[in-house]
Amino acid sequence: MATETASAAAPGAPSEDFVSLEAGLDALESAAPARSPWWRRVLLAKIVPPVVAVVALLLIWDLLVFAKVKPAWVLPGPADVWDELTSQWSSYQVGQAVWDSVSRGIIGFAISVVVGTVLGLTIARIPVLRAAIQPILSGLQSLPSVAWVPIGIMWFGIDDATVYTVVLLGAIPSVAIGLIDGVDQIPTIYTRVGRNLGARGISSARYVLFPAVLPGYVSGLKQGWAFSWRSLMAAELIAVSPKLGPGVGQVMAEASDNNDMAMAFGALIVILIIGIGINAVFFAPIERRLLRSRGLAKS
Amino acid sequence: MTTTAAVGAAQTTATPTAVRLSGVTKTFGKDGVPVLDGIDLAVAPGEFLCLLGASGCGKSTLLNLIAGLDPVTSGSIEVEGGHAALMFQESALFPWLTAGRNVELALKLRGVRDRAERRAEAQRLLGLVRLGGAYDKRVHELSGGMRQRVALARALAQDSQVLLMDEPFAALDAITRDVLHEELVKLWQETNLTVVFVTHNVREAARLGQRVILLSSRPGRIAREWRVEIPQPRRIEDAAVTELTREITAELHKEISRHGN
Ligand SMILES: Nc1ncnc2c1ncn2[C@@H]1O[C@H](COP(=O)(O)OP(=O)(O)OP(=O)(O)O)[C@@H](O)[C@H]1O
Ligand SMILES: [Mg+2]
Repeated sequence: MATETASAAAPGAPSEDFVSLEAGLDALESAAPARSPWWRRVLLAKIVPPVVAVVALLLIWDLLVFAKVKPAWVLPGPADVWDELTSQWSSYQVGQAVWDSVSRGIIGFAISVVVGTVLGLTIARIPVLRAAIQPILSGLQSLPSVAWVPIGIMWFGIDDATVYTVVLLGAIPSVAIGLIDGVDQIPTIYTRVGRNLGARGISSARYVLFPAVLPGYVSGLKQGWAFSWRSLMAAELIAVSPKLGPGVGQVMAEASDNNDMAMAFGALIVILIIGIGINAVFFAPIERRLLRSRGLAKS
Repeated sequence: MTTTAAVGAAQTTATPTAVRLSGVTKTFGKDGVPVLDGIDLAVAPGEFLCLLGASGCGKSTLLNLIAGLDPVTSGSIEVEGGHAALMFQESALFPWLTAGRNVELALKLRGVRDRAERRAEAQRLLGLVRLGGAYDKRVHELSGGMRQRVALARALAQDSQVLLMDEPFAALDAITRDVLHEELVKLWQETNLTVVFVTHNVREAARLGQRVILLSSRPGRIAREWRVEIPQPRRIEDAAVTELTREITAELHKEISRHGN
């Protein structure tokens, strides 16, 4: 064992200028640009562009109608659709239909979240189960859930059970897969840090795994909602019966029976607005907040 | 605790040690070649030890064993207080928490129940690394050097006698690293911590360590050892540090060249 003995004269204590050096580095490295107020940023970045796009779309639509590319009863203009929607609102029971569809969608989605979460957690933790079930889930996710409608009708008749079957089979795989992916993508360093800090079992799940998984889970939920809503509309459109009561899908089916093109467009727009609206007021802000707080999205 | 494995758990020895490794061997997989082979090492309480070695020689593996994150294949490890705080190369702060909350979490998991007490203690620890004003900053809002200081505060929050550091400054620029060396030595002098500092930067080892240990590669064994008696505070450009750096580097090069033929 070689032993190096070197003893230089200790240089004069440098500790004070290092403090100011450090302060300078910190200031240089974290200089934040001045920001405009948040409402202005949201307005400019999140609200103005889509509004402009929608207005542009309406203009193009109106131009096409004005140019008479198709007869008016095949391609009604935006104004015709608006008129039809407002004047026939009550005869088509649109208000009731929206309410019923949205509540079905939310109930179906809520059940999917519970089942999908339990399923996803179980599968993520048990390798054998995972090997067995994950391919099936992926398959289910890519299967258009309309395909279940005829089967559901044969099983349950035209009934709420049919609608929920279709919604659940559409949404559960998304929620479960989002969760499984989220668990897979937890960097191992986080769990190791957690263990070194003393997190075990429940505390590890609560303080490390859960927050680490959250972004993947939320995007799974978001997709799950899109699938719920899509499946619901498909089911309502095909399974029309007085037993089921009104629904936006039924409104469209009824418009189609009446050859009422303007109302069909109206129903389409209502479906679109609900889908976009729920995403915009619910999922998008949660997701944005999550990503921004972790520095994963530009604010 | 899993830090003490199989052989002779409760040996009482005459000289006190903060960390004692006896015949530690580590093999990954069933029949791979050992990454670490028969490491015997005693670290005295309050010592600043630098572990030096080429890339892939098993430095991180050794720290993970001491921290109890992985089991030893054979041999035993004893750590004063049963637990060592580990600081990783990347800051490994949790990005969903603020700087202050990261430190607080360590306190909470250590068993500090009272919220106000945790907050005050976290604030004090951030103050120690001169980041008192960064409590509510998000991790991504901090520079690399500031993140490592928060990580250091978090490691201190674990209240272990032994602090293990795995190339904590490797990703930083030279100026920042220089400042953090100074910071770390100051903290070490004030706290009486035992530090095991892993690096592949020879100059860094000569700048910081009271003792420098050179690990060989494949298998990892202790190749040489230097006791450094240059008093702190040192500076990275000191002649004595440079001289020692040259000597260790020569030895390291010899060690690495052995593998080429
Ligand atoms: N979990 C693992 N499974 C299999 N092999 C591993 C594992 N972890 C490390 N190794 C191997 O052990 C050897 C030592 O790895 P280690 O990370 O300890 O090296 P190191 O000295 O820290 O290197 P570096 O300076 O690059 O950080 C490497 O050859 C690596 O491939
Ligand atoms: Mg390493």
